[in-house]
Amino acid sequence: MLVYLLRRIAQSIFVALAMMVIVFFGIYMIGNPIDILISPDATPREIEETMARFGFDQPIYIQFFTFVGNALQGDLGRSFVHGESAVTLILHYMPATLELAALGLIFSVLIGVPLGVYAGYKADKWQGRAIMTGSIFGFSLPNFWVGMLLILIFAVELRWLPSTGRGDTVDVFGIRLSIFSENGLQYMILPALTLALYKASLVTRLARAGTQEALVQDYVKFARAKGVSETRILFVHVLKNIMIPIVTVLGLELGSMIAFAVVTETVFAWPGMGKLLIDSILTLDRPVIVAYLMMTVLIFIVINLVVDIFYTLLDPRVRVTGGTS
Amino acid sequence: MSVLEVRNLQTHFFTDAGVVKAVDGVDFTLDEGEVLGLVGESGSGKSVTGFSILRLVDAPGRVVGGQILFRGQDLAQLSEPEMRRMRGNRIAMIFQDPMMTLNPVLRIDTQMIEAVRAHERVSAKAARDRAISALAKVGIPSPAERLEAYPHQFSGGMRQRVAIAISLLNGPDLIVADEPTTALDVTIQSQILAEVQGLAKETGTSMIWITHDLAVVAGLADRVAVMYAGRIVETGATDQVLTQPGHPYSIGLLGSIPGHGHRGQRLAQIPGMAPNMARLPEGCAFAPRCFRAQDQCRQNAPQITEPAPGQHLRCHFPVLEREALS
Repeated sequence: MLVYLLRRIAQSIFVALAMMVIVFFGIYMIGNPIDILISPDATPREIEETMARFGFDQPIYIQFFTFVGNALQGDLGRSFVHGESAVTLILHYMPATLELAALGLIFSVLIGVPLGVYAGYKADKWQGRAIMTGSIFGFSLPNFWVGMLLILIFAVELRWLPSTGRGDTVDVFGIRLSIFSENGLQYMILPALTLALYKASLVTRLARAGTQEALVQDYVKFARAKGVSETRILFVHVLKNIMIPIVTVLGLELGSMIAFAVVTETVFAWPGMGKLLIDSILTLDRPVIVAYLMMTVLIFIVINLVVDIFYTLLDPRVRVTGGTS
Repeated sequence: MSVLEVRNLQTHFFTDAGVVKAVDGVDFTLDEGEVLGLVGESGSGKSVTGFSILRLVDAPGRVVGGQILFRGQDLAQLSEPEMRRMRGNRIAMIFQDPMMTLNPVLRIDTQMIEAVRAHERVSAKAARDRAISALAKVGIPSPAERLEAYPHQFSGGMRQRVAIAISLLNGPDLIVADEPTTALDVTIQSQILAEVQGLAKETGTSMIWITHDLAVVAGLADRVAVMYAGRIVETGATDQVLTQPGHPYSIGLLGSIPGHGHRGQRLAQIPGMAPNMARLPEGCAFAPRCFRAQDQCRQNAPQITEPAPGQHLRCHFPVLEREALS
C-alpha cells in the first residue's frame, strides 16, 4: 500500500510540473499586465521601471525559472492588485468555496443515489421513466438560470431561505466556516442545491445504469433465494457494487465544483474563489490566476488520490496487500 | 408424506420471437428425505423448473399455470412477502456457478448472517455462531477465520461449499440444487458430492438435484426424472432408469455416456438437435429424433403411462422390460 501511495505521489509531482509549464506560458500569451497596471499617460521611463520591478523585462525562460524557484518554496507571487501574496489571498477565499462544494456533493449523493437505484429497479415502469426524464432537466438547465429560479421560488415567493450572500460564520481551527451555524447553513442551501443539480442528475444516471446491470447478476438472485428483502438487496448488495463508478465520477466532479463554481458564486454573491478568479482575470492579475490554476491542479491531484484510496475500501479485490488469502 | 408435489407446472417466456414454453406441464412428487435427480440436455427446462419452485424465474418468464404444493400449500398462490419468508428458510437453493453467486464486495460473514436474520430475530452473535457451525459442517477449515474473508479469497470449490453452507443455515425442508458441481473440476466435484450426500442423509433434507450428468445422479439420487423439451418424459427409481430405461430419449442419453460402451467404438449419440423451444413440433417433441417414432407420435402428444409400479413414461411406444436392449 505504501509503495503504491509513493508511486502515485511521484506521478502527481510530474503532473504538477507539467501543469506549471502549461499554465505559466499560457498566461504569458494572454496579455501584458503592465497595460492595466500603469495609467496610459505614464512616461516610457516609468513603464520601464515598473517592468523591471515585476521582472517583466527579463526573457520569458528566466521569468519561468524564477517562477518555478519561488513556487517550490510555496511562493506563487504577489497579487498586482491587492499587494498580498496570491496564495494567502486564495486561501482566504477557499473555505467558503470548499464548504459550498462539500454541501453540494452531499446533496447530489443524497438526491442522486436513491433516485438512480430506484429508477434502475423500476427501469421499465413509469417511475423509472419519470426519473430519467427529470434527470434530463438537471443536465440541460443552465446553472445561472436554476440559481435565479431557486431564488425566485424560495427566497422571493415563499420567503423560506435567504437569497444571496454568506451568513454567520463560526471559527473552526481558525477557518471561518458557515456550514456549522444554523444561519450560515440557511444561506448555503440554495447555492449548494444549484451546484448539486447537475451532479445529482449525473449520479442518478450512473446509479441507474449500475443498478440495472447488477440486478441481473447471480449474486442478486442468490440473495433473493436466501430470502433477503428487496430493500436490503438494493441498498446493500447492489449499492456497494455500483459505488465505484459513482465515487470516480463524483471525485472528478468535486474538483470541477471547487474550481469552477464561478457562475453559481456570482449568482448568489457568494464570496468564494470563483469570484476571485473572475476579478483577477478582468484585471489580468497574473500571479493570482497562476496561483489559482496551480491550486486547482493540486486539488484534482489530491482528490484523485483520495478516490483511489476509496476504491480499496469499496472493492476488496483492489486491495494491493493486506487481508488474508 | 410428500414434501413437494408439482402438478402441471407451466413456465413460459414471453419473448419477441414468440412464447417459449420452457416448462410445459411438469408433474412430480418428492417424498420426505428423498433426493430426486432432474436430468436432461441444456435447454430442456430443468433449471427453469427449479427456479419456478422458488418463484425466481427472470422476466420475461412467468409461471403461468399449475400448482406447486409444498407441504400442501400452493407456492404459486403465495403473496410475494410470504414467498420471501419461504426462500432460504423452508426451501433453499444452490446455484450452478459458485464464482458468481456470492457478492464480491461483501464479506462471507455479512452474506451468511443476513441469511439467518432474514428469517429469525436472533442476535448477530447467535447468527454468527450458526454460520461458523454451518461452514464447519461443509468441511471448511478454521471457519471462524474464514468468515472474515471475501469471496475472491476462496477457490471455486470452497465457494460452492460456502453456498451449500448458506443453504443449510436455516435447516430447510427442501434444497433445490441447480447443477452445483458442473463448474467444478472432477476431484472437487466428487468431494462435494460425498459431502452433500452425507449431509442430506444426516439432516433428512429432501433435495432436487438438477444436472445433465447421469454419473452424478447414479451416486446421489433415489429417483430420477428425465426432462425433454419442457416435459418430464420418464420418472422412476434411479436403478431402474439407469439400467432399464423405457423412454427412447433416456436410452439415447445413457448410450451417449463415454465408457459405457466398448473401447474403440464410436460413441452413440442422439441424432438431430434439441428442438427450438419457440416452435415445438406437433405430437411428441422427441419424435423427429426418435428411432421408434411412428405416425401416431407425430400427430398426438403421448400421455403419461405407468407400465410398472413407480415407473412413469410419456411415450407411445416405450421400450419395456421384456424387450432386450442390445
